Amino acid sequence: MSTTKNNLLTPDKALKKRYRAEKRFQRMGIFAIFISLCFIVFLFTTIITDGYTAFTQTYIELDVHFDKKYFMEENLANANFPSLVKHSLYAMFPQVKSRRDKKMLKKLISPAAAYTLQQMVKDDPKIIGSSKKIWVLADDDVDMMIKGKINRNLNNQNRRIKDLQLAWIDTLIKEGKLEKRFNTQFFTSGDSREPELAGILGALAGSFFTLLITLSLSFPIGVATAVYLEEFAPANKWTDLIEVNINNLAAVPSIIFGLLGLAIFINFWGIPRSTPLIGGIVLALMTLPTIIIAGRASLKSIPPSIREAALGVGASKMQTVFHHVLPLAMPGMLTGTIIGMAQALGETAPLLMIGMVAFIADVPASLTDPAAVLPVQIYLWADSPERAFTEKTSAAIMILLAFLISMNSLSVYLRKKFEIKW
Amino acid sequence: MYPYILPCIVILSVAFYLLGARRANSIAVFYGGTKNLHSLPSHYGLYSAICCALPPILVFVLWRIFEETFITSSLSQSLPQEYLTLSANELTLVYNEIKNVALGGFGANSSNQVIKDAATLYLANLHSARNLVCALIVVLGIIPPLFALKHISKDLRARNIVENIGMAVLIACSAVAILTTVGIVLSVIFEALHFFKAVPVSDFLFGLKWSPQVAMRADQAGSSGAFGAVPVFLGTFLIASIAMSVAIPIGLLSAIYLSEYATNRTRTLVKPILEILAGIPTVVYGFFAALTVAPLIRDIGTALGCSVSSESALAAGLVMGIMIIPFVSSLSDDVIHAVPQTMRDGSLALGATHFETIRNVIIPAALPGIVGSILLAISRALGETMIVVMAAGLSANLTFNPLTAVTTVTVQIVTLLVGDQEFDSPKTLAAFALGLLLFIFTLILNIIALKIVRRYREQYE
Repeated sequence: MSTTKNNLLTPDKALKKRYRAEKRFQRMGIFAIFISLCFIVFLFTTIITDGYTAFTQTYIELDVHFDKKYFMEENLANANFPSLVKHSLYAMFPQVKSRRDKKMLKKLISPAAAYTLQQMVKDDPKIIGSSKKIWVLADDDVDMMIKGKINRNLNNQNRRIKDLQLAWIDTLIKEGKLEKRFNTQFFTSGDSREPELAGILGALAGSFFTLLITLSLSFPIGVATAVYLEEFAPANKWTDLIEVNINNLAAVPSIIFGLLGLAIFINFWGIPRSTPLIGGIVLALMTLPTIIIAGRASLKSIPPSIREAALGVGASKMQTVFHHVLPLAMPGMLTGTIIGMAQALGETAPLLMIGMVAFIADVPASLTDPAAVLPVQIYLWADSPERAFTEKTSAAIMILLAFLISMNSLSVYLRKKFEIKW
Repeated sequence: MYPYILPCIVILSVAFYLLGARRANSIAVFYGGTKNLHSLPSHYGLYSAICCALPPILVFVLWRIFEETFITSSLSQSLPQEYLTLSANELTLVYNEIKNVALGGFGANSSNQVIKDAATLYLANLHSARNLVCALIVVLGIIPPLFALKHISKDLRARNIVENIGMAVLIACSAVAILTTVGIVLSVIFEALHFFKAVPVSDFLFGLKWSPQVAMRADQAGSSGAFGAVPVFLGTFLIASIAMSVAIPIGLLSAIYLSEYATNRTRTLVKPILEILAGIPTVVYGFFAALTVAPLIRDIGTALGCSVSSESALAAGLVMGIMIIPFVSSLSDDVIHAVPQTMRDGSLALGATHFETIRNVIIPAALPGIVGSILLAISRALGETMIVVMAAGLSANLTFNPLTAVTTVTVQIVTLLVGDQEFDSPKTLAAFALGLLLFIFTLILNIIALKIVRRYREQYE
């Protein structure tokens, strides 16, 4: 400031430095956001590129001759279908002679092929004696090979698919007897130890039943609590206690709810473990704070004039709340409930505690059948050693994320549509 | 009859609702319109419906709770003498077997004639008791509401009665939150006390070795059954601090940028995208950490010439940090928004640049709130389960090196409790002791954080 040259129009060095600091700080902010966005993109691309292949599955065409000699027994279901599959396959590759090679050849086809044939014979016993071209599931290693997830250039020892098998696969492709088809199995079956047979229907049904319980418990209790605290509760110690409690419960680690479920609901009350019933109860307790907090915010936004008008024409306090305030607050409460349900749908940790990690192949049909839920299925598959389960896991994640995104968009849509500016 | 008891109650109460309302209407005609009644006809209807539904439901719930004990105690008199001298645990096994045989459950056929007889008796007792309860419920569902109907008059304060009952229901619902907390505290403390009977508290809190596999044989290697929680907690704090050193700078910077610099359009665009991070289930993060990030870090480490464990704390911590970004950013965003505009304007008017305003005015003003949100985020990081279960290790190492595998409290709880366990071994109970410590830690963090945030909010309101 001492020099005469310096005036307000020519910025001095210090000012330039300050502006540089300003710019630097802005750039840091942009960079921070950029990192988060990059991570989202990275996560989604990894999962989609890993997982989209799971929506197709490799099938192999077999020429099956339903020879009468396999169906001598009274009960057709007891016929030796695996051997039928095996011999059909050997007939396609007559040059394979040694036991070891035959064993390797057999490995091209999934064990599920026998069930496919069994089902066909059961549906139509007349096909016994005839020959048919049938598409059956390929083994998961073949499937991985076709999808390029096993490197062809590895040497024979380190590859799950050996050179001989590779040659057979190439022959099959050349003859048009091997193709990828849409994987309906994935959407119509329960879990399985065989990756090519595993599907998510069981987990979807489990999630559905669990959320049903969660919703039917946490929505009424949550709304009632929100209404009581916001509209009726006197300002006293009891109300304070409830409020502090709810805020704390919202931040208690979810795994602690699992401990509660294990110690009280399972060991003390004897609710059967691994069922949607117990899962739903635990998740309901967990989502309750979310619904209560959203419900209270929604009730708070209703202007007092509505209440005063209702009270003014002679409604009781109860009538005011249930006839006028609650219906106006409902959209906000529903939004909160949907967000809570989305939380419950994605939750895994408490369910591990209450035995929902068991391997369950059947699709649950009721609230007390053992079941897995979608995120737990993802956890189980992610833990499985088979290479093919990785793509199944990614595909299941895609489906879970699709559900979550649609639930959240629904809640945004509802909020936009029913939002009232007072 | 028994399975249909709940629908029966529902149908009966609907019927009594209609009857009550009709009766109120017919009384109203006599007095010259419903305006001369104390309450609306629907209140009278509700009053009779409540009289119909409440007593049967109470009886039903009580019966559901005590059915088991009642039936088994009726059995105990008929069992032969040698069974009565059995210990409580063995007796429970016998009862379970009887129940299984009676209800055709798992292992439904027994060769033991005593069990078979008992099972027949069990079924007979169950049926007769249930029939009795049904009869009682039907009687209770019809007699009281009939009295209520008779009771309906012009001056009956039906609305007050109905509203008081409604109020009681509301209060009961709001007590669920308290019951949940009480349940958590009781269940965790109760089991943890069992554990501390087997392992002294001081060993647990200050022991440096964690190896929960209890030896079956004396000479078994690697199964010393040591329950020192220090390495487990050290691992937890190591991973949480890695997570926080990712989440705090990125979360705070993005919150400040979005609330102070970004245009409205950018904000509406970027904010929901950041919220996606909060909506992704933790199991997805865990899968991602274990299958993508951990191998990546290991490869980078190998390229740089240092050995990195494939279950390194770094991978789990980094991914957890990313997960926590939206918590930090949205909470601090609220806090920064709460700083009054006049403070910004004052600083800018004195010639400070935007950055200087943020550094010297806004952040100091918002600091308590920011600290509160960071504490909440830390409590979140400590209790996070799936990421560490899938990406962190199982062995408890006493180390600060983020490139090695460490274990956390939540990982240990999960591994100790998943699978078949006897429920009274110290191994299983240790999970509850860890849960207790975790609960206390997060509770203290939450209470401090919520208090700071609340006081801060009041300051500017």
